[in-house]
Amino acid sequence: MTMASAYSPIDPNHIGHNNLDLDIASDDAPGHGEGGPASKQIIVSYGFWIFLLSDIVMFSAFFAAFQVLAGYSGEAAPSYDLNDVAIETGCLLISSFLCGVAALCASKRWLVRTELFLLLTGILGAIFLALEVREFIGLIANHQGPTDGAYYSGFFALVGCHGLHVTVGLLWLGTMMAQLITKGFRQDILRRLACFSLFWHALDIVWVAIFSLVYLMRFAP
Amino acid sequence: MSRDSVQRVSPTARDSGPGLELATPENEGRGLQSYFVGLILAVGLTAASFWTVRTHLIYGPGVPVALIALAVAQMGIHLVFFLHITTGPDNTNNVLALAFGVLIVSLVVFGSLWIMANLNHNMMPMSVLMEMQR
Repeated sequence: MTMASAYSPIDPNHIGHNNLDLDIASDDAPGHGEGGPASKQIIVSYGFWIFLLSDIVMFSAFFAAFQVLAGYSGEAAPSYDLNDVAIETGCLLISSFLCGVAALCASKRWLVRTELFLLLTGILGAIFLALEVREFIGLIANHQGPTDGAYYSGFFALVGCHGLHVTVGLLWLGTMMAQLITKGFRQDILRRLACFSLFWHALDIVWVAIFSLVYLMRFAP
Repeated sequence: MSRDSVQRVSPTARDSGPGLELATPENEGRGLQSYFVGLILAVGLTAASFWTVRTHLIYGPGVPVALIALAVAQMGIHLVFFLHITTGPDNTNNVLALAFGVLIVSLVVFGSLWIMANLNHNMMPMSVLMEMQR
């Protein structure tokens, strides 16, 4: 055990963060054990990827519940407005694209363009959310709310959970925009931005499953 | 493309986190192109999904299958072009994590549907059951 002798006050747990925010070692380190572990940026991004996958596993449970309840409950599914769903889908897709463009601008350290594209990402996300809330209010007013039957319980749990994720994403987006202004392109801010970008893209993947399996499947003959 | 593959098979290829591959200097300019390709493919697949339920060209029972196929394809497009999960050696960790995620998702979804369908098939209808309780 050479742990004690290799003790470094800046890296007490030997997780390779001995360069703090500089990530110098990463340039030579392949992350395969030669030259040391991967950079903090890669480790953070990988860790967040694991979180996203666990989030998707959680969504899959909601999907399973919805599918079972939709199949065996006697209630008629509501007649969704497909135009609204199409607009929501377009908003989220373009928002996801713009978020990627913002991440590219951030890698070039273009502050104004990064903020601009993040703002557009947020506006499209907010439009998505507004349309979804309007749909929910309409359903509840029509006595098709979460307490009105098994189908609607499953629907509101699944789609509402995605909507909550989008809400949290918007809060996170606003925080990142503020932090970019006040703290600039620091390494830790860039890592958070990269994680946000992954989060936003993952939400779009979940929405693909929702609009296909929940909304469009309802209209399959 | 060939330059990239040469770089990837080198033994010192670095591990890459999801979405980080395009942030390196040697991939300058490829980022935006990747997002554009992803956007165009995703829009196409989305339009195809919406068209599938509106058209009468497709054999009825085939529509759900088409919807599932289009959804899986679009998720793949998002993974590759937006999240930058690739099959390169620098992405082994990411792909293995994804494979594990897909395994758990399929177990949860298909397992639930299977069990519930089986119960539904083998159990007495609830009304009959309640009648017997009296």
